[in-house]
Amino acid sequence: MKLELRNVRKSFEERVVLAGINLEVNAGEVVSFIGSSGSGKTTLLRCVNLLEPIDDGAIFLDGDEISSVGRDPNPVRRRIGIVFQSFNLFPHMSVRRNITLALTQVVEKSADEANEIASSLLKRFGLDEKIDAYPDQLSGGQQQRVAIVRALAMSPEVLLLDEITSALDPELVGEVLDVVRELKGSGITMLIATHEMNFAREISDRVCFLASGLVAEQGSPTQIFSNPTDERTKQFLRRVQAVGKT
Amino acid sequence: MRGVPVILWIYLIGFGVPGVGLERPFNSPLLWGSIALVMTYGAYIAEVFRAGIDSVHESQRAASRSLGLSNSQTMRFVILPQAIRRVVPPLMNDLVSLQKDVALVSLIGPIEILRQAGIDKAKFANFTPYVAAAIIFLMITIPLTRTTDYLLARERKRTSATRVR
Repeated sequence: MKLELRNVRKSFEERVVLAGINLEVNAGEVVSFIGSSGSGKTTLLRCVNLLEPIDDGAIFLDGDEISSVGRDPNPVRRRIGIVFQSFNLFPHMSVRRNITLALTQVVEKSADEANEIASSLLKRFGLDEKIDAYPDQLSGGQQQRVAIVRALAMSPEVLLLDEITSALDPELVGEVLDVVRELKGSGITMLIATHEMNFAREISDRVCFLASGLVAEQGSPTQIFSNPTDERTKQFLRRVQAVGKT
Repeated sequence: MRGVPVILWIYLIGFGVPGVGLERPFNSPLLWGSIALVMTYGAYIAEVFRAGIDSVHESQRAASRSLGLSNSQTMRFVILPQAIRRVVPPLMNDLVSLQKDVALVSLIGPIEILRQAGIDKAKFANFTPYVAAAIIFLMITIPLTRTTDYLLARERKRTSATRVR
């Protein structure tokens, strides 16, 4: 499995958000995207999941162009899961139903099979007691972990994590990042948009710094964080260091 | 439908349609008066539903579509269940006022509670029938509103941890 973005462009009205992104991600690779707010991290992930149609360029999954106009996005989305900054759990459904909905409706598993998948995943991430709770009864960290489980239940080949800790209280960030650490061991491909520099450094195989809608600089975590060459990367890292996030 | 007073629709449809010379039972003002009510309230209620659907945040749709659910599955499992819960109270308002607006149909002939009360008032020279009519209306509307409150409270208790008083 390989994900490839070729000259991907996206604008909202007059504002250019992605100005020609080129990127190749290998199977099992963990790639982090860093950059200031508005640099296009979220939009990039949403484009890969086809939640945003791209204006120009192409996105390939296994050499298959998934971004072509008029193509049914649903089969692609089964292979590419996304976790959102604001969790976006379905508030009117129990944790169990949140996880099994797509399993029963999209991949047509039986209710028993779906339940089995849901409970074993929840167990794996220490949430099995919460299976019949509703999202509003959970802490932010628990909600986000359920959201990750919901995405994982579809056994995606690629998981997109869109600033998944940005809406959490600082003391809840750890439990969510632990889930991601465990996932890295499982060999799933992950694209991570994040403001947690320490985490990006620790978990990534590769870090991409986005600026002005382009991949301004990319490389190993050590290279980007210890030896950045691009002036904008240096400035950005100095700024986040100044507020104590590195 | 919503731009014209209900009473005018009742007159227009209730008198107008039978007026083109339909045979029984299709010339009944009761039938056409009811149809006028159904059409106007249908328009009001459609608007309430539209607002309810719009009130469900776009991120819910994104979450659902990202899992591979189709547009119609998203509507059915994610958007509508949330929208319907939100529109139940305003819909109950509409139900109560619909139930009261039934009295307007009496203006084109059919005898319902209000009109019957008017007849009895004239017969006995006594206002009690109006009081009785009011009580009959309340007997229907009060349980309706109480039921709504109960349903909403139950739902809130089930889905949320804490409740601000």
